Order: sequence, then C-alpha cells, then structure tokens
Amino acid sequence: MSLPLSTVFLQTTNFIDACYIVAFGLMIYGMSGLTGPRTAVRGNQTAALGMAVAVVATLLRSGEFHGSSTVWLIIVGIVIGTAVGVPAARNVKMTAMPQMVALFNGVGGGAVALIAWVEYRHGFAHGNTIPTHPWPLRVEIFELFGAIVGSISFWGSNIAFGKLQEILPGRPIKLPGSAQSALNLVLLVIAVGSAVVLCAGTHSQLLFIVGILLCAAVLGNLLVLPIGGADMPVVISLLNAFTGLSAAATGVALSNPVMIVAGMIVGASGTILTDQMAKAMNRSVPSIVAGGFGGTVDAPAAGGAGASGGTVRATSAADVAIQLSYARQVVVAPGYGMAVAQAQHAVRELQRALEEKNVTVKYAIHPVAGRMPGHMNVLLAEADVPYDLLREMDDINPEFSRTDVTLIIGANDVTNPAAKNEPGSPIYGMPILEVDRSAAVIVLKRSMASGFAGIDNPLFYDPKTSMLFGDAKASVSDITAEVQAL
Amino acid sequence: MDSLVIDLAVLVLAGFVGYAVISKVPNTLHTPLMSGTNAIHGIVVLGGLLLMAESHGVLEKILLVVAVAFGTINVVGGFLVTDRMLGMFKHKDPPKDEEAGQ
Repeated sequence: MSLPLSTVFLQTTNFIDACYIVAFGLMIYGMSGLTGPRTAVRGNQTAALGMAVAVVATLLRSGEFHGSSTVWLIIVGIVIGTAVGVPAARNVKMTAMPQMVALFNGVGGGAVALIAWVEYRHGFAHGNTIPTHPWPLRVEIFELFGAIVGSISFWGSNIAFGKLQEILPGRPIKLPGSAQSALNLVLLVIAVGSAVVLCAGTHSQLLFIVGILLCAAVLGNLLVLPIGGADMPVVISLLNAFTGLSAAATGVALSNPVMIVAGMIVGASGTILTDQMAKAMNRSVPSIVAGGFGGTVDAPAAGGAGASGGTVRATSAADVAIQLSYARQVVVAPGYGMAVAQAQHAVRELQRALEEKNVTVKYAIHPVAGRMPGHMNVLLAEADVPYDLLREMDDINPEFSRTDVTLIIGANDVTNPAAKNEPGSPIYGMPILEVDRSAAVIVLKRSMASGFAGIDNPLFYDPKTSMLFGDAKASVSDITAEVQAL
Repeated sequence: MDSLVIDLAVLVLAGFVGYAVISKVPNTLHTPLMSGTNAIHGIVVLGGLLLMAESHGVLEKILLVVAVAFGTINVVGGFLVTDRMLGMFKHKDPPKDEEAGQ
C-alpha cells in the first residue's frame, strides 16, 4: 500500500513546486560560488545538481508521459543533446571557447523560439481545445517576446560563431550608409507589429511564422554581421543576456518558477558583462550594435616607419632576453594576438625561465583583451599559469612605474596611450593598461599593422619601446631559449 | 494573488538576486561564468518536457524533440565545459595552499 501512496505524493503539484524551489536555490547558491576560483568548481557542480533536480521533478509530474510516443521522444531529444554536448565540451580547445559559448547561446535561444512556436500552435491552431493551456493575453505577450528574442539570439549567435570560427570574415559586413540601421528598424517593427496583431486576437499561423520568427531571424543575422571581431566580447555577452531573458519570459508564460529564476540569473549575468565590456571600451552598447567600427583585423602593412612618421626600433630575441633577465619585475600584457598564435604555453615557459633567474613576472589583463570576457585568463589557466599572477587593469596600473620591462604580446589598442593623451583620438577615454609608465616596453607583433580600431599607436614610436616582429609563439620561444642560454 | 502577479514578482526579485550574485564574480572567471550561464539557460529544456505530452502532430513533436535536444546540449555541454575549465585555474603551489586552508 505504501508504494502507490508515495508515488502519488511524488506526483503532487506541491511536491514538484517544492523541488523547483530547491532547484533554483541550488542554482543561485552554486552561481555565488563563482566569486572565487577556489569555490567555483563546487559552485558549478551545485548548480548542475539544481538543474538535475529541476529536470527530474518535471519528469515526475503526473501526465508527463501521457501519450504512447512521449517517453521515446523525450529520450530521443535527451540522447541527441547528450551525444552532441558531451564530446563538444570534452574536446573543445580553450582558444575556441568564444565560438563554443556563442554556439551554446544560439541553441538556447533556438530552443526558446521552438517552444514558443509549439505554445502558439496550442493556443491558436487547435482552437483552444486544451483546457490546461488557454491562450490568455499574459501568456501570449511573454511567449511572443520569447519567440522574437530567442530567434534573434539563435541567428545572431550563429553569425557570431561563424565570425569567431573564421567561416565568415571578421570584418564588419554592412549595407552602405544608414540603410542597415533603417532595415533593422523596419524588421523589428514588423516583428513587434505582428506580435501586437496576434495579441489583439488574430489567429494567423502565417503572421506568426513569417512575421515574427522569420523577421527576427533576418534581424539576428543583420545585427551581428556588421559587428567587427574585436567587439565580439560585447556581442557574446549581449546575446547571452538575450537568451536568458527569453528563457525567463518562457518561464512566465508556462508559470514555471525555476525557469523564471534561472533565466533572470543568465539575463543579469549577460547584462552585467555587456555593460562592463562596453565600459572597458568607452563605447555605448547601441554604438557597438550599430557596428562598422574599425576595419580589418589584419591590415597588411610593412614593418618600419609608421604612418605618423616616427621611427620604430626593431630588436632581436637575444637583446630582449638580456633585458628581461636583468629586470626585477616584468609585466606581460597579452592580447588577442597571443590567442591567435596559441602562444600561451610558450609564454608560461618564458615565465618559468625568468622566475629561475629571480625575475618577478606578472600578467596585466585588460577586460576586453581577446574575443570574450575573461578570454586571456582561461588561456593562461590552460597553460598552468597560476591565477594569482594575473592582475586586473586597476590593480596593475599603479605597478607599471615600478616595472622594469613590459612585454606586450599581441595586444595593441588596449595599450595605446592615445586613449589617455590625445583628445582627438577615436579611442580617447578608453581605460588602458598604462604600459608607457614602465622603464622599457617590448612589443611582440607580426607587423606594423594597426590594431583592430585602425588607430596608430604612439607607444610604438616611444624611444623606450622596442619591437620584436614575427609570430608571437616563435618569438616567445626564441626569447625563452636565449634566456636559458644566458 | 493572481498567478501572473506572483510570476512577475519572482521575475523581478530573481533579476535583483542575479545582479547581486553575478556582480561579485571577478574578471578572472568571466569565461567560466559565461559557459556556466550557458548551462543554466538550458533550463528551457523544461519547456520542451512540459509541452511534449500535449503535443499534436508530427510538426510539433519534431519541434519539441529539437528543443529538448538543444536544451540538453546546453545543460550537459555547459556544465561539463565549465567544470573542465575551472579545473585549470590553479593557485601557485596548490598542494601547500590546500593544506594551509584546512
């Protein structure tokens, strides 16, 4: 007798709601573990446990397996998802993390849009025959919001993935003049207009699919295509926020508390990151989304004298090695160039060689260095660089005056003193790593090509700066060999 | 109280809680934060699971299977990759520090 009773108890709404509350409690507690690297692993596992509780509770719901095929369809979906997700998570390289995150954002947004589509069909196409799912305005508004934002996020993330994976060119692709913004606005108006018409009571399948899903899809593509590679940290964060908010909207439509809370956590996280990235570039989010800032990432240019007519001092690996070996403190400022050259392990070797010579080595990490928030930290963590050597911009800036040599590896705009000194510069006002305060600066660079922003860097013409041209990985390895030989 | 009002209250409060919790995450952990939130928004898989039993016709079933698969990719892939990444973050001389901490 006790077995059926307990089974019934497990299926009651109260029990399932209680599970949902436990689930979102675990998720919030888990996310609060991410405030430090020591507690983060446990935090992530706690959040995963919360997710497992939410999924199991949903499957316990009475009527969950109504219909003969339901259980198999759920198994098929979960098996496909696991078969794709597990190998992807196991095998992805740390240099490819921005692409991975973009793709994960995309599938989340896609799932929201598909769920909204099915909800819509339940509401209208079956003529309100399902009593448990009427289609009141309040469900409608949130579901349609989810459909629009989820669809934008799905397609936008795919474009971001394509750009990061270099399937698509990283440079901005856009219509001439203000046509692009105008077209985007028209698409948004059509999508929102369709949503309003549907809310007003029209039961048009066509309006939903073409007006909302398709317009939002085209809009997602057009929003991300004009945005250049170096603005990717902002775009990825923004799409992350979109996916979270659309998930929360679906949660309201389905009146499911754990979906609301989880979606809002992601929405808050994405919003905070977007804001921090935009601040670190001294640009507004709308101006980044409008796109077109900067030209090509790798403008071909010859070494030697730059556009501003100053002279550049080229140096050799052997000279750099001597300079570094006799320094007391060396600060390494990495940028996207280090990721492209996959030079993080070589950098770690150089750090070890210098530490054997009693040189203090620290890393200066600009918030927008790389293609996503925290990109440099993950790469250096992969190369076994202890995280306490990595300093944030505000911590390291006062230290540059006490630094003998700053080694810049594939970073440009984030070290450009024009942001501080030249009010006319396009990047004026952007917070930078104040590397020009250190006694000497060595820049590892492929060529004299300007950075993503296409702005000349006066740092390169500074008398205390010397340049070592070539592939970052090869250059760092050469320097390490010279240091060890000393 | 109307269930919509409760849902909206949860929405607003969760937004503030999320903001308070995530504001404290240091720059060092921003990439794991992003992949972790990728996993969390995989919660949409619940939407797919909830609607599956009520779906009619082949189209809806296909849409929902894809939605469940997408959500599962997020949940499974997101948590695994975050775990893998966080395992790489090491303190200087980790064994000593752990002993000191205990």
